[in-house]
Amino acid sequence: MWTLLQIELYKIFRRPRTYIAFVAITALITIVQLGLKVDGKEYAAFVMADLSNTLQIDGKIMNGYFVCYVLLQLLLVHVPLLIALIAADMISGEANMGTLRLLLTKPISRTQFILAKFFAATIYTILLLIWLAILALFLSMWIFGTDDMFLLKNNYAVQIENADIFWRYAGAFCFAALAMTTVAALGFFLSQFAENSIGPIVATMSVIIFFTILSTMSIPIFNLIKPYLFTTHMVAWKEFFDVKVNSSNETIRGTIQRPDRLINSTFILLAHIVFFVGASLYVFKKKDVLS
Amino acid sequence: MMQQVIEVKGLTKHFKNITAVDDLSFSVSEGDVYGFLGQNGAGKSTTIRMLLTLISPTSGNIKLFGMPLQLHRREILQKVGAVVEKPDVYKYLSAYDNLKLFARLSGVKISEQKLMQQLEMVGLTARAKDKVQTYSQGMKQRLGIAIALVHDPSLIILDEPTNGLDPQGIADIRNLILHLSKEQKKTIVVSSHLLSEIEQVATKILIIDKGKKIIEGESAQLFDPSQTVVELTTMDNIFSLQQLEQSIWQKNIQPQRENVLVLKLDKKLIPQLHRDLVSMNIEVLSLQPRHSLEDYFLQVTSGNQHVDTFTN
Repeated sequence: MWTLLQIELYKIFRRPRTYIAFVAITALITIVQLGLKVDGKEYAAFVMADLSNTLQIDGKIMNGYFVCYVLLQLLLVHVPLLIALIAADMISGEANMGTLRLLLTKPISRTQFILAKFFAATIYTILLLIWLAILALFLSMWIFGTDDMFLLKNNYAVQIENADIFWRYAGAFCFAALAMTTVAALGFFLSQFAENSIGPIVATMSVIIFFTILSTMSIPIFNLIKPYLFTTHMVAWKEFFDVKVNSSNETIRGTIQRPDRLINSTFILLAHIVFFVGASLYVFKKKDVLS
Repeated sequence: MMQQVIEVKGLTKHFKNITAVDDLSFSVSEGDVYGFLGQNGAGKSTTIRMLLTLISPTSGNIKLFGMPLQLHRREILQKVGAVVEKPDVYKYLSAYDNLKLFARLSGVKISEQKLMQQLEMVGLTARAKDKVQTYSQGMKQRLGIAIALVHDPSLIILDEPTNGLDPQGIADIRNLILHLSKEQKKTIVVSSHLLSEIEQVATKILIIDKGKKIIEGESAQLFDPSQTVVELTTMDNIFSLQQLEQSIWQKNIQPQRENVLVLKLDKKLIPQLHRDLVSMNIEVLSLQPRHSLEDYFLQVTSGNQHVDTFTN
């Protein structure tokens, strides 16, 4: 299994296509950082416009933590496409190249084959998020410095102390890795059914877009299915940035306002991953390799 | 006694309403170069894919090295090397990297020196470090064979190994098969739609058409110019078959299909057969000798479907 996983990772990282995602993330983040570095104050003033008459804020709003939050909100919508680019190619790409039949004539079980490929796609996803964290968090901290983070929510504002932020990002990135692994599992599952990568990549993105629309629309009939859609739970990383307050309305360090939501979302995403990987195994073990 | 390396019984594969392989039975002995012959779409590749567990049979049994394939898949595939149709490999890797990768997948650790020896055997040493995307079809085919051989299998299955090759490439593959058979004592199954390719290397031949066995036998016998195949159509085939089974011609009878009886015999015996048929009160509608295996194969592959099954 370990050998198979090594081979799969070797194949992934020898393909030029793999690096498109890393280059795309680097380009997007550096452009946003550059823009905020140049015009950050105006952007902050725009964001805080409603509060400027009622609240006086000292310190740097446009600090590295805030920039990272902005970047995550922007990028975690687009990263699924970059994940699908690899995950949805894992089986269909082999079928397209004709290497699937050669691989399966080797003394490896189909279960091991599928699991090794899925774990390789997961490792790729995690590495992509680590790269995202390095650029979005650490690079932003270096460029913009650190301070307390001030966030505007729908009908309230949250201020998180400087020393209370970093672990929240660690948690948010871990959760984002889980959410993106769900996307990888979906893409991986769909890649069983095609002999070229385009179909599964487009299908993965279509499912995500469709479910996201259902997740965000407040229509009663959709509200019934929302709790079961993985897209509803993919944004639960934001829960890390909702802090409990005491009776004086002061934030309590080291707390999350609704940890139950976070736990619930974690289990639902894990259930989706197990379902997609289980379904992949079931389909692939019965599959006739005709490519 | 030679060990049976492949034993296939009643192998059938349906794809929805298409029967790709129909009740096929054959066996390959240790050391054989087994030629698997049939026109495109005859069911050769489907059969080979079933031998390699790429496709599940609808029914039938496959044993390799005396073990049921589905129960001992991993153990069996460690002893098998295969090229299935086009020898597709990772084009963004070099021949050396591909070979190393597939050697690891086959469960063997091979030194760089041994890998280079494998590449040398197929004449790819000079281009070993070049990406496969720059290779010609012939070079890819040779690399595919090197990959099939990298873990030193005792059974080698080559599906249409000369497809897309120039005459020199075809000759190279032929020589390699002969070398593997004679020098390294490998058992080889090689499929082709060209009789001329198979007859030069195979010790035993199976011809299939529409998924059914047409003929199977030793090459030496099948290509013996003194032997012929006779197709017999009579007024009452059931009665005729009964009569023949009780006569001296019993040993010459081959399995029949549809409305044709088939006998394999020495050409010189045809007049005697004719006389005996009359004496047995068999009313003959036609008695048609096929002059050679090539004649017969050409008839099959030209789409003249009144030809029926017979085995050696």
